[in-house]
Amino acid sequence: MLLTAQDKIEGMVMEANAENKHIGLAGANVYWLNSQIGTITKENGTFSIPYSKDYNKLVISFVGFKTDTLTINEPKMVHHWLVPSNQLDEVVVEKERDAVQKTFFSTQNVVTVNSAELLKAACCNLSESFETNPAIDVNFNDALTGTKQIQMLGLTSPYLLITQENIPMVRGASQTYGLTFTPGTWVESIQITKGAGSVVNGYESISGQINTELQKPLTDTPVFVNGYANLNGRLELNTHFNTKLSDKWSTGLYLHGNRRDIEVDNNDDGFLDNPLANQINIMSRWQYQNAEKGWVSFFNLRYLNDEKQIGQTDFNPDTDRFTTNAWGSEIDTQRFDGSVKLGYVFPELPYQSFGFQTSYSSHKQDSYYGFNIYNIDHESIYTNLIFNSIIGNTKSKFKTGLTFAYDGYDELVNSQEFNRTDTSAGAFFEYSYSNLEKLSFTAGLRLDTHNRLGTFFTPRFHIRYTPWEKGSLRGSFGIGRRAANIFAENQRLFASSRTIQLNGNGGDIYGFDPEKALNYGISFIQGFSLFERPGNFSVDFYRTDFDNQIVVDWENPDEVIFSNLDGKSYANSLQVELNHEVLPNVELRTAYKFYDVKTDYQTGLLQKPLQARHRYFANIGYNTTPTENGSQWRFDYTLHALGEQRLPNTSSNPVNFQLGDFAEGYSLMNAQVTKVFSKKFEVYVGGENLTNFRQDNPVLGSDDPFGTNFDTTIVYAPIFGRMVYAGFRFKS
Amino acid sequence: MKNSVLIAICLLVSTIGFAQEKNKKMAFEVDGKCEMCKMRIEKAALGVPGVKYALWDIPSHQLSLVVDERKTDPMKIKTALVAAGHDTKELKATQEAYDNIHPCCKYREDDTDDSQQHHNQH
Repeated sequence: MLLTAQDKIEGMVMEANAENKHIGLAGANVYWLNSQIGTITKENGTFSIPYSKDYNKLVISFVGFKTDTLTINEPKMVHHWLVPSNQLDEVVVEKERDAVQKTFFSTQNVVTVNSAELLKAACCNLSESFETNPAIDVNFNDALTGTKQIQMLGLTSPYLLITQENIPMVRGASQTYGLTFTPGTWVESIQITKGAGSVVNGYESISGQINTELQKPLTDTPVFVNGYANLNGRLELNTHFNTKLSDKWSTGLYLHGNRRDIEVDNNDDGFLDNPLANQINIMSRWQYQNAEKGWVSFFNLRYLNDEKQIGQTDFNPDTDRFTTNAWGSEIDTQRFDGSVKLGYVFPELPYQSFGFQTSYSSHKQDSYYGFNIYNIDHESIYTNLIFNSIIGNTKSKFKTGLTFAYDGYDELVNSQEFNRTDTSAGAFFEYSYSNLEKLSFTAGLRLDTHNRLGTFFTPRFHIRYTPWEKGSLRGSFGIGRRAANIFAENQRLFASSRTIQLNGNGGDIYGFDPEKALNYGISFIQGFSLFERPGNFSVDFYRTDFDNQIVVDWENPDEVIFSNLDGKSYANSLQVELNHEVLPNVELRTAYKFYDVKTDYQTGLLQKPLQARHRYFANIGYNTTPTENGSQWRFDYTLHALGEQRLPNTSSNPVNFQLGDFAEGYSLMNAQVTKVFSKKFEVYVGGENLTNFRQDNPVLGSDDPFGTNFDTTIVYAPIFGRMVYAGFRFKS
Repeated sequence: MKNSVLIAICLLVSTIGFAQEKNKKMAFEVDGKCEMCKMRIEKAALGVPGVKYALWDIPSHQLSLVVDERKTDPMKIKTALVAAGHDTKELKATQEAYDNIHPCCKYREDDTDDSQQHHNQH
């Protein structure tokens, strides 16, 4: 007793009362003033605190009582009565500030494109929003529609999971034209994830994920109008109207229309350089937000009607359709989308939440290309339920949930019908750990059962390590699987005289097996400060190895052959990027990319055609400092340089239809100037392909489109030359 | 009769008062000034067994917590915070612990500047 009394003070804290009864106070603070030693009284009011000669003021405090300070010069028993006070001296429950998400450094290699960045390429829709970003390459899909195809890690968009607010969007029937169905002004931000994605959004992503967040009625401006016109006859109008209905409900109506009526044929091949087009796109969004109760929801409805006419300039659909008068094509798409998202954050447990999303879409494309008919109806249902919580504390988090998906396809390819119904159900669990400093990782696993792909596990893993200040090392691997929609993804084949060969093996998808690939990679980013201005340097390397792929072989100019992979198929991608604010308000971005994408075709292992192995990218932006009313100048310039591209084999063609083995490298330049007059009004002028670089012969056999050498699929450079545009934005 | 009701109420109140909640929300002030402090404070708090959630707000210096009261109490958390070099109202960090924090985080010398900046940003 004496010994212990030497080094600790024991005692009891009680509530003062008239009778001086011993009513113990539990949970009272007992601590030495200006020390790091403290304790809390037990249930019966007793406490024990280490004693040291360095301290002599013992403080006893408790919510609702007056704080007392006792002078203690020797170890002894302390009995103390606390007197109630009316003042609260400790706030126990504090009102939460608006949900500020903690900025954990992401384990995934994610690039976020915000709205300021999106304004740098003012035209026009999602497929054109990646011109100023080196993570994504924009290629040309075909010589007729002007559709741009995006690529990540050397693989085209079917191998990317493209989601809109985390609901899979550009897939199935919309694979080729889907990106052109989201107007640029609707986009609030884009998140680009390189490499294997999260298991939460399904098993389909192979080389990466692109998620688009749309404008939210609550945060978008009440009125927004954007008008755009370019010198080749394209007109666009975007309007947003957002209304706050109550403190919980907001709604937005988003209208988009674009059309092109002017026929342009600058290369005099008799074919339109750009389609005649007409699109109406209407979206209605409803947002419900109740921060107190923790509910957030969105209801979306969208209708799209898109019409394109392509082909020879003198083609008149009414008289020339399915005749040899002139070659032409019409692609008409109608699409309806509806989705519901519900989110619930437990008000008492900020780390625990439920998310539910469900969507329905109906996509109907009716089209013909010369004498080829291609119709596709695609009906899709997607439902995902996610529960987020922690294990122990917020260093260990998890997401778990269930997915259900249905896809009904109804296709007509010339006279042959292909009908297919895909259903899948899956469950996922994803664990994330962060030690809040140097290390974090995410490990996910999902189990799906699919009527055509079978029952399978999908593992995905991401890790991040910070070896030193501003440096971050990441690694990832993951498996992805998908059912390839061979016609929808390769629609351009219809605009050629190639015959279609399906060399299937009796598999469940058009006679083919599902596609399966493993993706893994590492990346490193280092932030720095040079001349007191920020910059960063990054390098990443990814590899995708296909276990099975539907190989589309264009190497014989008379046909296109589909087959399961027999041999190897892989894509290696290396990117080195350097960004710096080189002068005050001047941002420079540069990147070099190297791709080695090879597949075993019918004729052996070959580099993927129409793919530059080397690419350089530079973007320079200069913004003047905004004045008080927001007025500002913004200048932006982008350079893309592409190395030589391998061309599909045309050696069996007559000599004047042979293209050689490689297309030479070239460069493209885009620039834009924006003048902001005030926070309400700005105008912009810009140009694409300023050096007026064009492919000479985008339409092979253009003089005889019904002959055997007609081919519009070999496109490696712009068809249209310099293009100048102007537009305005009005906000209020 | 009256007395027994009163005793019953007292008992009830005291049971509520002493009930040890699995997910108890609490908040108190912790001294610090910047993003680095935020990381250090949250990490120290989450290092205490029973602390499930910790969010330190730079401008208000409030540390919001969700804790399992059966496993920990505020004084234990404060002990961990002062060991990491951050003062609380009751407990103060040792000079040694305070010296260990990054030079940009020396909140004792210059406490208001940073939070003032953050206020301006809002």
